[in-house]
Amino acid sequence: MEDKLIRLTVNGRDEAVIIQPLATLQDVLRDTLELTAVKSGCGQGGCGSCSVLVDGELRLSCLTLAERAEGAEVTTLEGLNATNAIVPLQQAFVENYAAQCGYCTAGMVMAAKALLDRNPAPSRDEIVEGLSGNLCRCTGFAPIVRAVQQAAQALSDTGEEAS
Amino acid sequence: MSMKELGVVGRNVGQRDLESHARGQTTYYEDVHYPRMLHLKMHRSAEPHANIVRVDTSAAEASPGVVCVLTHEDLPGKKVWNGLAAVGVGPEDEPILAFDKVRWRGEPIVAVIGESAEAARAGAAKVEVEYDPLPGVFDVEEAMSGEAPALTAHWPNNHYIYPDDHAAAQIRFGDVEQGFAEADHIVEDKYQTSPIEQAPMETNGCIAKPGGDGRITVHTNTQAVHFARDNTAAILGLAPGKLRFLGGTVGGGFGGKVDVAVEPISVLAAMRTGRPVKFKYTREEEMQVSSTRSAWRLFIKDGVMNDGRIVARKITSYQDSGAYLRFSSYGSMKHAGHMPGPYTIPNVWVDARVVFTNRPPSSAMRGFGVMAASFAIELQMDKVAKTIGMDPWQLRLLNAYRNGDMRAHRKVNEDAAMVETIQAAARLAGHDLPADYQAMTSWDRKAS
Repeated sequence: MEDKLIRLTVNGRDEAVIIQPLATLQDVLRDTLELTAVKSGCGQGGCGSCSVLVDGELRLSCLTLAERAEGAEVTTLEGLNATNAIVPLQQAFVENYAAQCGYCTAGMVMAAKALLDRNPAPSRDEIVEGLSGNLCRCTGFAPIVRAVQQAAQALSDTGEEAS
Repeated sequence: MSMKELGVVGRNVGQRDLESHARGQTTYYEDVHYPRMLHLKMHRSAEPHANIVRVDTSAAEASPGVVCVLTHEDLPGKKVWNGLAAVGVGPEDEPILAFDKVRWRGEPIVAVIGESAEAARAGAAKVEVEYDPLPGVFDVEEAMSGEAPALTAHWPNNHYIYPDDHAAAQIRFGDVEQGFAEADHIVEDKYQTSPIEQAPMETNGCIAKPGGDGRITVHTNTQAVHFARDNTAAILGLAPGKLRFLGGTVGGGFGGKVDVAVEPISVLAAMRTGRPVKFKYTREEEMQVSSTRSAWRLFIKDGVMNDGRIVARKITSYQDSGAYLRFSSYGSMKHAGHMPGPYTIPNVWVDARVVFTNRPPSSAMRGFGVMAASFAIELQMDKVAKTIGMDPWQLRLLNAYRNGDMRAHRKVNEDAAMVETIQAAARLAGHDLPADYQAMTSWDRKAS
């Protein structure tokens, strides 16, 4: 196996990166492109801290081979802030104190975005289900669920997208 | 003083780093990238207790991408240490890299530094260690029985001796045997807690980077940055000023990031190679190798009067420290000081021992030493209530400490709120209390 050049779009920008065999999307995002909001809590698909969107679908970047992202549109948490303005979903996390150490936050926000993109008015149970692949260890699940509820409410009040 | 003058009490106060977290802009230790950064992986003991016969690193050194291999022979300063040595805790008992013996499965033996994490991992897997296995001991009472192998020469019976030559952290208050003699009931039981992994979302790790000025910069997720810096300097025989530790951003700690587990060997590797070195625990290491909360075994004996007054409490407890001391002697002191719980008991006797076994070393976790005590004491309170046929809420209210009471470790209670807390909890839970129990306060024992 040899190094390989792949092209993909990350947060709206076209990128060409050289990857080593078996490199993961997480390696490309974190180490090559230095998009460090993508976290690496377990490296085995168990914690959700590396969650990103690939062509709009929620994916664990640590289990996604970089090669498989060739030609894809990838969005990381950094991609939500195309302008410097904080987006309503992030603001809802801030207002609900939905983070302590912050390590799970990027994955949580991306899982919430994936949920709200396909279901703008989720029930509480649907929010819990939507975040069920993401772990938090600072005991923050309740405020995180409240943050997503607030973001969904803001979305329905304004008719804007959550993020 | 009004709430307005207090400023923050009673108000929501912004969390300084919350927006940064929500935007993904918080910089954790491994969000720093350096060119030509190396990765360190550890070859660890496959045996819980064994003499090391031979260590062969030649295959590891020849492994593709391996840059450097470190054993105990490469340590320039200390070979064994304890993190609290600077405040007089000792003797130093824990090898930085094992040399003659291993005492727990997972103990570090050889550090392998490679061009990539995968190269380092593959190299570490090629280290060959020949063991002469020894009988292991995994139970605190068996460890102290006199029949178990002694883990180190420091403690022939596998339990810690405090610097004042006491075998246990002790509380002696009143005359506990006299109390038992006068009691209407004796209630005894044994309690056991489990080791618990703190399991932070971010595993232990650091990046050590040599600078042109001879100083090493260390990006670390330790919970105790100055403590880690000073211990690293002491272990390597460096002036602390040679080390510049940058920390404070921790992806979850809960006591699991105070052991200085990664920094000293990473700094040594950076000094040896002249390149940045990253040492990040895998999730498996975090779960199986990093220290846990200690498991505790407690024996509690209470003397109780028919009216519910506990007149004597005797506790013997064993903290399973694992193979080495780390902070356990401090943990058991806190544990003993927490006895006999939030209750005023006139006769109290406590022996809290630190015991060594061939389990992974244990260390701090939220409420170090205290949680195991509260767990056992509150189960015991329920058992006492059941034994004498008393409402467990009333039993606790009757015995709860009041302001002015002398506690068993000889501190006068000044800020008791136990009575009011139980009363409030009873109201919220819909549990009816008799009028005289509702009238109790933390200021007046006579109400009972």
